[in-house]
Amino acid sequence: MAMTLAEKIISRKIGRQPSPGEIVVLPIDAAMAQDGTAPLMIRSFEGMGANKVWDGSRAIFVIDHISPSSNEGTSALHKMMRDFARKFGITLYDVGEGICHQLLPEKGHIYPGGVVVGADSHTCTHGAFAAFSTGIGSTDMAAVFASGKLWFKVPETLRINISGEMPKNVMSKDAILYAIGEVGADGATYMSVEFTGDAVKAMSVDSRMAMTNMAVEMGGKTGLIASDNVTRQFLEGRIKVPFLEMSADPGAHYSDTLEVEAGKLEPMLSCPHQVDNVKAVSEVEGLQVDQVFIGSCTNGRLEDLEVAARVLRGKEVKARTIVMPASRETYLAALKKGIIEDLVRSGCAVGVPGCGPCVGGHHGVPSPGDVVVSTTNRNFKGRMGCSDSSIYLASPLTAAYCALNGKITVPE
Amino acid sequence: MDELKGKVWKFGDDISTDLIIPGKYKFKTIDLDELSKHAMEGADPQFASKVSKGDIIVAGENFGCGSSREQAPLVIKHAGVSAVVAKSFARIFYRNSFNVGLPLVECPELYDNVDTGDVVEIKLSEGKITAKGKTFYFKPIPGFLMTILQDGGLVEHFKKRGSFIWEEPTRSQ
Repeated sequence: MAMTLAEKIISRKIGRQPSPGEIVVLPIDAAMAQDGTAPLMIRSFEGMGANKVWDGSRAIFVIDHISPSSNEGTSALHKMMRDFARKFGITLYDVGEGICHQLLPEKGHIYPGGVVVGADSHTCTHGAFAAFSTGIGSTDMAAVFASGKLWFKVPETLRINISGEMPKNVMSKDAILYAIGEVGADGATYMSVEFTGDAVKAMSVDSRMAMTNMAVEMGGKTGLIASDNVTRQFLEGRIKVPFLEMSADPGAHYSDTLEVEAGKLEPMLSCPHQVDNVKAVSEVEGLQVDQVFIGSCTNGRLEDLEVAARVLRGKEVKARTIVMPASRETYLAALKKGIIEDLVRSGCAVGVPGCGPCVGGHHGVPSPGDVVVSTTNRNFKGRMGCSDSSIYLASPLTAAYCALNGKITVPE
Repeated sequence: MDELKGKVWKFGDDISTDLIIPGKYKFKTIDLDELSKHAMEGADPQFASKVSKGDIIVAGENFGCGSSREQAPLVIKHAGVSAVVAKSFARIFYRNSFNVGLPLVECPELYDNVDTGDVVEIKLSEGKITAKGKTFYFKPIPGFLMTILQDGGLVEHFKKRGSFIWEEPTRSQ
């Protein structure tokens, strides 16, 4: 029978066709924990009495959430991770390397057909490379580190089909915000979200990752995109396994399909304090903005920084603007292209590759009453560290225009 | 573990992990005595000081949405809560809760029938809740998750058995 992309990846692992709702046990190709989840993972791993990591080359730690550390407590937790990594011979990406969801594909850990787990909810990002990739907690991760396997419920699939050409002032972020508004914050709970359509095919890897990243904001287990030439170009030279073109079978059964006409999309905002509280930027235009953040595992990639620099080049920002490249590789490429210089000259504070202010630990916690426009993926109350601030999620293009004018602005 | 009885604390829809345990605390320590002081802080700043051992959280849709932080079910459990009954749960929170030994029950009907302060009684194995003289039924928790729960969470489960239940060829589902 025809299979969805999620079913196809799972079927390669178990050697038969899976059926939605069934519990399967899958071998893991890559397993990652970050500094918010690894310390508890270590505690569970040791608590279990495990004494060996199943495969050090597939087990990865990333220090990105509070990186570099802002306080003694965090520093002690980082040390705990470094000690564990050394003891068990696992891969560790330390301060300055970047955000886990950018590093894993860059460093060749992600490939089509792979099964990936991360102790971070935005692990669904890697579905952009046709990998079945999902977020789990620390104790599940301890089980994976000990055994190399984990149980999963085979998900049903929600298809989001985006067709046509997007207007010039619309980015993939606007498309995913629109979709979340339509589906709702829990509309895809337990489901695989598969993005299809010619508009998706035409997207860069950076744009695709911004969409799969936010599948979890509609409750999704993973966000998936078929692998093609665009995927191949990015992964070649990075991965050590043969590249696979993987896509859903024609006629696969989807639980539901959301049709999106790209040409009708407009710049969108996710308004406080729920990600599915989505409005067109034009509906909120003019609201004064105190802080702008451009970065994160959603929109801190080269394409995003480039878009922002194009808007801000030779001009001056009117709102406090913080920019964090997603990784060292992104940072270096942006330096080479003169993007960082444009941003710094325009008044942006450019910081170390990492999660930055997104999780509210450091590097730009807003003040009470602040209105923040952010290219990140969550606007829950208190998310950025201050319960009395309002966070609006936007594309890097919209964010740059808001920075330039100091108020919410529809980008040109 | 099968029979739970406690006082209700009621919350709404979409209670995110940022409300359950704000990110600003969880990066500094994994000491649960310390973290639990902030349990549910974003939704009710006084919750940690008001909650008593055995109390039960009743919530709306999508409880535990957001991040994968296991600190969320951990602080709820450590604060004394014996179970969470919600209309629905976010996926990662659901797995994490059973892994740390916190029972979750999906029972949409209960929500409109109880308020904070009411006493509810849950029988996990029978899939039954009684509150204010009424009985509500829920789909029983899958067998292998019940086993993990009865073992006291996934860490204790592995320590006890030396393997995970899903690795066993004749696992119950």
